Amino acid sequence: MNALKNPRIIGTFALVVLIAAAPLFFAHENYAMRVITVGMCAAIAVYGLNIILGFTGQLSLAQGGFFGIGAYGVGLLTTDYDWSFWSAFAVSVIGTAVIGYLCGLIALRTKDEYFAIFTMAIGFIIFLVISRWESVTHAHSGVNNVKFPEGGGLVDFGSPVAMFYLVFVILLICVYITYAVRRSSVGRTLLTIRTSEDLADAIGVRVGFSKQLAFAASAVFGGIGGGLYATVVGFIGPDSASLDKTFEFLMFILVGGMGTVAGPLLGSMIVTFLFELFQDFQAYRFIVLGPIIVALVIFAPRGIIGYLGGFVDKRNRRRRVAAARRSAEAAESANRGGPSGHDDAADSHVTRSGGPAAPEEKK
Amino acid sequence: MTLLEIRGLGKRFGGLDAVKDVDLDVEEGRITAVIGPNGAGKSTLFNLVHGFYRPTSGSIRFKDEDITHSSPHNTVAGGIARTFQTTNLFDDSTLLENVLAGRIVRSKSTIFDAVFHTPRHRRESRINEDRAMEALEYCGVAEYRHDLASNVPQEVQKRTAVAMALATEPELILLDEPAGGIPEEETADFGNLIRSLPQRGVSVLLVEHKMTMIMDLADTILVLDHGQKLAFGVPSEIQSNPDVIHAYLGSTPQDPTDQKEK
Repeated sequence: MNALKNPRIIGTFALVVLIAAAPLFFAHENYAMRVITVGMCAAIAVYGLNIILGFTGQLSLAQGGFFGIGAYGVGLLTTDYDWSFWSAFAVSVIGTAVIGYLCGLIALRTKDEYFAIFTMAIGFIIFLVISRWESVTHAHSGVNNVKFPEGGGLVDFGSPVAMFYLVFVILLICVYITYAVRRSSVGRTLLTIRTSEDLADAIGVRVGFSKQLAFAASAVFGGIGGGLYATVVGFIGPDSASLDKTFEFLMFILVGGMGTVAGPLLGSMIVTFLFELFQDFQAYRFIVLGPIIVALVIFAPRGIIGYLGGFVDKRNRRRRVAAARRSAEAAESANRGGPSGHDDAADSHVTRSGGPAAPEEKK
Repeated sequence: MTLLEIRGLGKRFGGLDAVKDVDLDVEEGRITAVIGPNGAGKSTLFNLVHGFYRPTSGSIRFKDEDITHSSPHNTVAGGIARTFQTTNLFDDSTLLENVLAGRIVRSKSTIFDAVFHTPRHRRESRINEDRAMEALEYCGVAEYRHDLASNVPQEVQKRTAVAMALATEPELILLDEPAGGIPEEETADFGNLIRSLPQRGVSVLLVEHKMTMIMDLADTILVLDHGQKLAFGVPSEIQSNPDVIHAYLGSTPQDPTDQKEK
């Protein structure tokens, strides 16, 4: 199996296992469990940002808004309307998808920085609606006592550990979807758009349609993250839809690495941890975090995962050069042997360097 | 058989006719060249055929279907591929990934196939890899397949651009100055690649500045000047056509081969 030799997959796997084992250490510290679980909810939304920003290259600043819609959907439906969590969750996610798709129809008429500004406006409008529409959203008093997911008598999601694993499993699905997309022609479609829309157009990619789907998908992930967040913390206020949330997500993905499979998860965990570390400083925490981000953008513009990935690429390239040299030598000696030798050598070149090199595309 | 049939094609930008009243038949299995001075409307003609621009008049038919107002996605899916004047590749991807991008238009598997790893997804991935490798090998750049597009020589980039176009399984390929920026001694080699395309079932419509190459390669030549047809015929006719000599060949005393004007 090539996968077992691929440092990227091993790394991602190690990270996932590490997080899965967190309850072993923190099972009796409810606060720590909650911090990690909230971090994972954010990570799910960041995976949405990864699709539209990391893969498609469109800076969407509406992610906090979609997160808020998911959170308030679950929050309001389970309290004021007394729905069960699961039906509220499903409806919220579908609602976010529809709203995301409709926003995309207009937002994607703009490009580059205009798209960023436009989506920021969308995010801000969502925040305004939530924080001002008192009769429905309770404005600043927020939503209290959001229901826990129903365990059907099997699991009690009131326990932090059970909740942790619920979010964890959904997060894993998001990681896997990102991985599957990354290496499929769907991911390739998005990556061509990121690199050059004109060239993508020229090779027959449906640029507008693909961006539209990517934007809707990013909204769905935001809605899922938000919906889970609501049930994890139990109380939500307009803050959960604020622009600060969007920029938090942006920071998570910058730290972890845009367009990578493990980046959003790693970034979310590290920055959440840093936030906790500097919690006592509250408003001043950005004095410490700011320089960290500046340093990161200068020294590792592709994030931690992108930075590490650079080493993997370099190693793979070295191996290929070595393999190519070996097969060139083989070709030379074969050529001396007989006229048909050249073709054989070319074949062996393909198989030999094809092995270790194949996982290249998976990031 | 006529593969591409252009009638009275025109494109007007503001008050300027970039292309005006152009007729052209591209025959199946042939290499048709479009030449003309800079600004004659060659690239605009390509953009019209490919669907980048919408014509303001006239019609384009491909395999007896009207594609005058088709989008690039539909023309590429219909079997028309193109390369660009300035080499255009995805710079931070490997050559193999570049050529695989050419396969997108032929891929039918959706995100669900990718997530659930369906047989269709697996089958398609395999076919895509095979076809991409075949195109790279055909264009003679397979050994560079794992190099980043920005790290390989200009000639390899140009060849990869052709491979990417071939990966879309076209019946007609539009090559916009495919040999531009390639050293003189390698041009002949590149010409052989283009010459071999019709045997592969790919007809060629070509814009090129290197006259020796054009005269050598093309079956028929369309000469454009100021967006209009100046002459149309086989190379020997074009070479002796007084209008063409006056407008194009005669305008530069030396062989315009080495010009790098874009």
